[in-house]
Amino acid sequence: MTDRNNNKDKTPYDKTLGETLRSRGISRRSFLKFCAATASMMAMSPAMIPKIAHALESARRPSVIWLSFQECTGCTESLTRAHTATIESLIFDSISLDYHHTLQAAAGHAAEEAREIAMKENFGKYLLVVDGSIPMDNPGYSTIAGISNYDMLMETAKGAAAIIAVGTCATYGGIPHADPNPTGAVSVGDLIKDKPIINVPGCPPIPVVITGVLTHFLTFGSIPELDHIGRPKVFYGQSIHDRCYRRPFYDKGLFAETFDDEGAKKGWCLYKLGCKGPTTYNACATTKWNDGTSFPIEAGHPCLGCSEPDFWDGGGFYKALSMPTENITQTAIYTAAGAAAAGVALGAMNRSKKNKAITAHDNTTIDDLEK
Amino acid sequence: MSETNIPVTAEIKFNIQVGDELTQNVKPLLHEIKHALDNLIETGRSTIIDLRSIPLAPGEEDKILDTLGRGEVLAQLNALGLSEVIETQYAGVWLVTHYNDEDHIISRFIEVTTMPEILCSQTEDIMAAYSRLTLDLDENQETN
Repeated sequence: MTDRNNNKDKTPYDKTLGETLRSRGISRRSFLKFCAATASMMAMSPAMIPKIAHALESARRPSVIWLSFQECTGCTESLTRAHTATIESLIFDSISLDYHHTLQAAAGHAAEEAREIAMKENFGKYLLVVDGSIPMDNPGYSTIAGISNYDMLMETAKGAAAIIAVGTCATYGGIPHADPNPTGAVSVGDLIKDKPIINVPGCPPIPVVITGVLTHFLTFGSIPELDHIGRPKVFYGQSIHDRCYRRPFYDKGLFAETFDDEGAKKGWCLYKLGCKGPTTYNACATTKWNDGTSFPIEAGHPCLGCSEPDFWDGGGFYKALSMPTENITQTAIYTAAGAAAAGVALGAMNRSKKNKAITAHDNTTIDDLEK
Repeated sequence: MSETNIPVTAEIKFNIQVGDELTQNVKPLLHEIKHALDNLIETGRSTIIDLRSIPLAPGEEDKILDTLGRGEVLAQLNALGLSEVIETQYAGVWLVTHYNDEDHIISRFIEVTTMPEILCSQTEDIMAAYSRLTLDLDENQETN
């Protein structure tokens, strides 16, 4: 009736995800609940739930090697301290995390040996997750077990089936890359050109976005559809602005001018307070943070644009994207009237300003903060 | 100053007006439910709507739930945390809410169907139950 005894001789890598979950006493009904939540977080149609269940049940447990370079461990914190334990940890526990120097018990030679064994046993099949940027000026700026970040990345990437760059540091250089970039920090994509790379930016990324990418790989055995800078479209396909519940205020030309004026109290649009929502692509406005409680704009703070390249050098967090030269209210009214071209032009104008600010390295000053 | 001496007065006040229908998504969603119910009557086909896939302002989800109300059935599941399955005051329209171990909502669906799938016993669980019951009965026979 069942083939449960046939699993005795299987190694952890041979077991399917379904077998792993069942061996932990997780019922099929619980698994269906997990799949429903997974479909929701991956912005898939609920009609996909049975397909996700079938694909995940038969997926092999993958080996994952996680390398951390110039980073603050915020990305790992985001994932491991997530409140939605039954979703993130279920998928996180179902992979074979063979190397992660913050989480693993092994240290020193034993830790490095674990990485080497995982690479050898799963050559061509393991997933490589990287957080943090790589210093290129001097290899001594960041080393692990005496191995430079560059050498460890290039050695480990050789046998990877795919690479997931987690966090804005690994994807675009992040804060270490910010002007004047003292360590010569570069991203994973700057160094590796012959492997599929999935960029999952954010400072940190939303935890379900990290596990969502892992789940997609397990479910479909392929990498998700990516945008022009390597981000999965399912999570980064729409701007914060387009999915923001405050968007109707923008369309009506109603803006908070300061953090304590009437507009702020009424929850009006934060565009004039420097919100980078119009040029930022991420899932914060729908997936939200802290178990779907809220996101920065809902808490009354403008979006910093942390999932975009060079967000730290974008011209000041509290400086409006097009404030100096444009009448935002008028532009917003044009957009509200259905003039899509005005919206496109505004986006282009904002991107252009951001690029100029990056070039000129427009520092954020106390005046900006007090605006 | 010790930690306990620090005077802390915290007043949490959201600066959001919930009286207005900010996103204008409430009415279209209710009409979508009406069409799904019509579809269920005509063809027997079920529809699932993921409430997390639609941008809703604070308070708007509550408006939807208030409109749908509560009907005759309330079922609670204990599967990787609590799940609540409620038939709304409109028969065939169910509200399915999944919570995690910490009682936080992880997903919420409106299912327009005769019976949400999550309530049905699953074949794999039935097979495991059969094996378990057989083992238990065998053990009982041996001890007696």
